[in-house]
Amino acid sequence: MSDLIKVQNLFKEYTNGEVVTPVLHDLSFVIKSGEFVSIMGPSGSGKSTLMHILGFLDKLSQGKYFFNGKDVSKLSEDELAELRLSQVGFVFQQFNLLPKTTVLDNVKLPLLYLELPDSERVARAKQAIQAVGLERRELYLSNQLSGGEKQRVAIARALVNNPELIFADEPTGNLDSSSGEQVMKILYHLNVKEGHTIVLVTHETYTAEHAQRILRLKDGRLISDELVPEEVRRRALSNDLK
Amino acid sequence: MEIRSILKLAANNLLKSRLRSFLTMFGLIIGIGSVVLIISVGAGAQSLILSQVNKLGSDLIGILPGAADEKGPPATVFGIQVKTLINDDVKAIKDDSRTKHIIAVSGYTRGMEQITYQNRKITGGVFLGVSANFQQIENFVLSEGRFFTSEEEGSLARVVVLGSEAAEELFQGDNPLGKNIKIGRHSFRVIGVFEPRGTVAFTNQDKQVFIPLTTAQRIMLGWHHLSFIRARVDNENNVPETIEGIKEVLREQHNIDKDQEDDFNVRSAAQALDILKSITNGFKFFLAAIAAISLLVGGIGIMNIMLVAVTERIKEIGLRKAVGATPHNIRNQFLIETLVITAAASILGIIGGICLSGIITLVVRGLDYDWVFVVSFTSIILAVCVGVIIGLIFGYYPARRAASLDPIEALRHE
Repeated sequence: MSDLIKVQNLFKEYTNGEVVTPVLHDLSFVIKSGEFVSIMGPSGSGKSTLMHILGFLDKLSQGKYFFNGKDVSKLSEDELAELRLSQVGFVFQQFNLLPKTTVLDNVKLPLLYLELPDSERVARAKQAIQAVGLERRELYLSNQLSGGEKQRVAIARALVNNPELIFADEPTGNLDSSSGEQVMKILYHLNVKEGHTIVLVTHETYTAEHAQRILRLKDGRLISDELVPEEVRRRALSNDLK
Repeated sequence: MEIRSILKLAANNLLKSRLRSFLTMFGLIIGIGSVVLIISVGAGAQSLILSQVNKLGSDLIGILPGAADEKGPPATVFGIQVKTLINDDVKAIKDDSRTKHIIAVSGYTRGMEQITYQNRKITGGVFLGVSANFQQIENFVLSEGRFFTSEEEGSLARVVVLGSEAAEELFQGDNPLGKNIKIGRHSFRVIGVFEPRGTVAFTNQDKQVFIPLTTAQRIMLGWHHLSFIRARVDNENNVPETIEGIKEVLREQHNIDKDQEDDFNVRSAAQALDILKSITNGFKFFLAAIAAISLLVGGIGIMNIMLVAVTERIKEIGLRKAVGATPHNIRNQFLIETLVITAAASILGIIGGICLSGIITLVVRGLDYDWVFVVSFTSIILAVCVGVIIGLIFGYYPARRAASLDPIEALRHE
């Protein structure tokens, strides 16, 4: 498998006036295409910032980030937007659905920025909705859904332009355990069956153990990079499948 | 993202908060409506003035008492009585060689009294004292009877010729000839009735009654001066020369020194037209100022509401950016949304302006004036252009602000 993400000596700091706050310190790692990786750490460890950088929403301060072999730090804002559009999908803790908008229109949103006939957009959105098992909710408004359903809509939205990479930032953080397990099951399925690379950001060990590999951050430093033992992973998954 | 999806999105967003959208548009609707109204009413007023003055005739010269600025309205318009014109002035103008192009000239005096016949009355009726040659000066045609003679004028005869409406009100279909009516306390014998003439120079000519000038001056009013003098010239082209002639004659008559100003003013119908035009132009500028202010206020209102919309939808903007919208996409979205508001406001404003202009037309026609209802294509194009320009100017800043938002900040916004 090829290197999808390659980070070399990545530093990130925020400057507010004269105060410089270091957030990420000298990170180097590789994520291969088709991997399911968790980024773990307590709050304030910089894991969300790292995800934003990897997802082309934020820029690094120092170091190198290669995506599919391309140096991302040299790209313009429009080129970064193009990468977000075609290569990645985001699932957020807060769902971030458009209020008072149908499930279908929410899922269609990323496709509006692609040159496509509208019928094609609808077809693709319906397909993505089917993939998360919400075809009966297509015309519901976003505020008529339960938390778990909302997160599944968000996953469908992340899927709709068939990205290489899906980022999930605490996707179960606002869900009860059974909805959370359902979401994790879908993510697992997307990784195994559909071949999407998944980067999961979480502070819960249990959730992180759904991945093949866990990167642990503390105070902006990478403190460990370990594979999840197969039996641990299976236990996490079998819970979901109950 | 193609225009069609953005338009749909913009329309949806506006429909989600209908009341707010409408209130936002209101200033602009008034502004755009005023633009259409000004142009439409301006054209109507122009046609009205033209028709009023043309009825007087372009070969007519009017002399009013009192000094007046050439371009401004005469003092008598403000109800000021000026006594500088007298009967001898008329005689002097008639006899002088410098005013040889004059066919007929008459002094006029005007008064108001209750006019009664039996138990019917015209309150605040206007009587006009004129010379026997009145019909040579103005285009009044008799429908029955006759006009008074110069002998009757000389002998202070109490005879009267009625305007058509005055006759109708007093006699209601009966034959008025030979009957006696009362103007104030004095009894007058009706000898003629005029055909309807309509309004001329903004006065309803048909409600007036006409009596000999001397009778009006000595019996009714008890004064010797004239309200105004009118003279008809043989040819339109001789009007300017005759005006100068009249001025010279009257200055001699009134013993005015070279360095003193005239105590009268002479105007042709064409000049009166110019004055009326300047009055309506003033009115137009006033409306234009209102329109400009409303457009500005409307534009600011739209900018304000768009800034609110950007703040309200900050999370949506963050999300759109996260799923791949470029700053360009975001800017266009908000700009087009502003344009949709201004376009809707323009359409409503145009409709409102046309309706209002239509109502004005109905009212003015109801008052028996000639008024053309014109809504020019240019005015609509102008209104739309103004709307679009306002949308672009006042929508640009909020749109740019939305486009430059940091996606992470925007997503975190609560």
